[in-house]
Amino acid sequence: MLVVENLRVSYGRIRALHGINFNVNEGEIVCIIGANGAGKSTTLRAISRMIPVEPGTRMTYKNKDLLKYPADRVVSRLGISHVPEGRRILDNLTVMENLKLSTYARKDGTGKIGQDLERVFSIFPRLEERRNQKGGTLSGGEQQMLAIGRAFMSGRNVMLLDEPSMGLAPLLMLHMFEALQEINKEGGTTILLVEQNARLALQFAQRGYVLEHGNLVLEGKSEELLDDPEVKKAYLGG
Amino acid sequence: MTFFFQNLINALQWGSFYALIALGYSMVYGVLMLFNFAHGDIFMVGAYIGFGVATGLVALTSMGALALPNWLILVLTILISMFLTSFVGMIVERVGYRPLRDAPRASAAITGLMIGIILETGNLALLGAQRISFPALVQSTTYNLGGVFVTNKKIMIVLFSIALMYALHLFVRKTRWGMAMRAMAFDYVVVPLLGVPINNIARMTFAIGSALAAVAGIFFGVAYPVLDPYMGIIFGWKAFVAAILGGRGSILGACLAGFLLGFIEIFVAMIFPSTLRDFIAYSIILLILTFRPHGFFGEPYSARLSL
Repeated sequence: MLVVENLRVSYGRIRALHGINFNVNEGEIVCIIGANGAGKSTTLRAISRMIPVEPGTRMTYKNKDLLKYPADRVVSRLGISHVPEGRRILDNLTVMENLKLSTYARKDGTGKIGQDLERVFSIFPRLEERRNQKGGTLSGGEQQMLAIGRAFMSGRNVMLLDEPSMGLAPLLMLHMFEALQEINKEGGTTILLVEQNARLALQFAQRGYVLEHGNLVLEGKSEELLDDPEVKKAYLGG
Repeated sequence: MTFFFQNLINALQWGSFYALIALGYSMVYGVLMLFNFAHGDIFMVGAYIGFGVATGLVALTSMGALALPNWLILVLTILISMFLTSFVGMIVERVGYRPLRDAPRASAAITGLMIGIILETGNLALLGAQRISFPALVQSTTYNLGGVFVTNKKIMIVLFSIALMYALHLFVRKTRWGMAMRAMAFDYVVVPLLGVPINNIARMTFAIGSALAAVAGIFFGVAYPVLDPYMGIIFGWKAFVAAILGGRGSILGACLAGFLLGFIEIFVAMIFPSTLRDFIAYSIILLILTFRPHGFFGEPYSARLSL
């Protein structure tokens, strides 16, 4: 459904992605694991059209050419939302405003939006408690909840998650992944996440890709990757 | 004491012009992190558009094609000019600044200065160098309030300006467009990821700033009925100073600093010879900025601007 072919991205004269190919099927949870600087975030940014790609790259979602959509329309027209690295909560806006802003381009009426808001609050009750607090006053875990909540409100066909476990305590991490699993099961939201925490990501995802220095070197079902001696050695601590 | 209040009224009117123009600088800076150095000339263009609209409506009325009282002509002039001048701002944004969104800031600054020169000389080519006078739409009435003389024009200008500033405040605080502007002021990278088209927000910011400058231009025409193509330069720079003094990106700051600038200029001129006015007034501003380099409400070295 989401098909990426020959994705190439350069920052100046340094090529970050050397033409990678992968796909994500509808309703699937797929992860891309890799070390720092492997190109994981770059991959997600390219799909979200935050950064330009080099000629020859093809990216389609349900046969629609992603390259024809500017960043905001990837979200509002195609329903592909992105929880960025470091969450990027708008500190100067309240929790409620952060969520409302995510519905800026939605045209399906306040009733539907209200239902979705209720849903976000039922998944993350903490956000409802803090609805009138400024985003900057939230803890790291709460900010991650808000970032996922925003993605849920803005576009829910596909969610791209950039290191959702970063900076979270282990218990909170599990809670976060449970919530994502719920969103995936209930609404059929397809999830593509990139993670440095390979073990966690592979336990959560059905399939995985391994990214090294801008190349996809390995792919497979999560169980296979968890058992793969190379993956074990490089990413799972032996 | 009456002397003081007399000057206070004058200062409020003078400050209204600065505040309305400073808002445009500050909003654009808040949202896009650039100073639109053509903004003073947009004020000038707004004044001229106001002149054109007012003259046209007056002519139509005197020919009998329309039967409009003067106050209605003024209201229509303000509304139509705000609308038309906002397009000038949107064109400036589209042609001058959007292609430079990712260019070094200096490029945008130079572009602004060039657009300013184009607007000035364009006006010169179109209408010639002679000054033109704004049609007298408001019959001046002077009230004597315990020795302080106030004209109806001054009251109107000051009250309407403050009302506009408050309306802008509500717009930025309460509407989803205002919310998007505040979001962009904080982090413009994440805003498109929430489905918000940032180009539209940028365009809207320029439109609002330009509409406010048009109001300032018309009020200037009502108060001092002489317009010339270079009137925007000195006003633009002084309003820019007000925007800096208020704290880049701060709406409240721009308003307060605009009025403060008006006060300082008027009161300095009250005490010292008027040739020394700007010299002393801006020395005072410089002194304030020495102690508060980020202005009243600005934050140091930060993208966290407060719209």
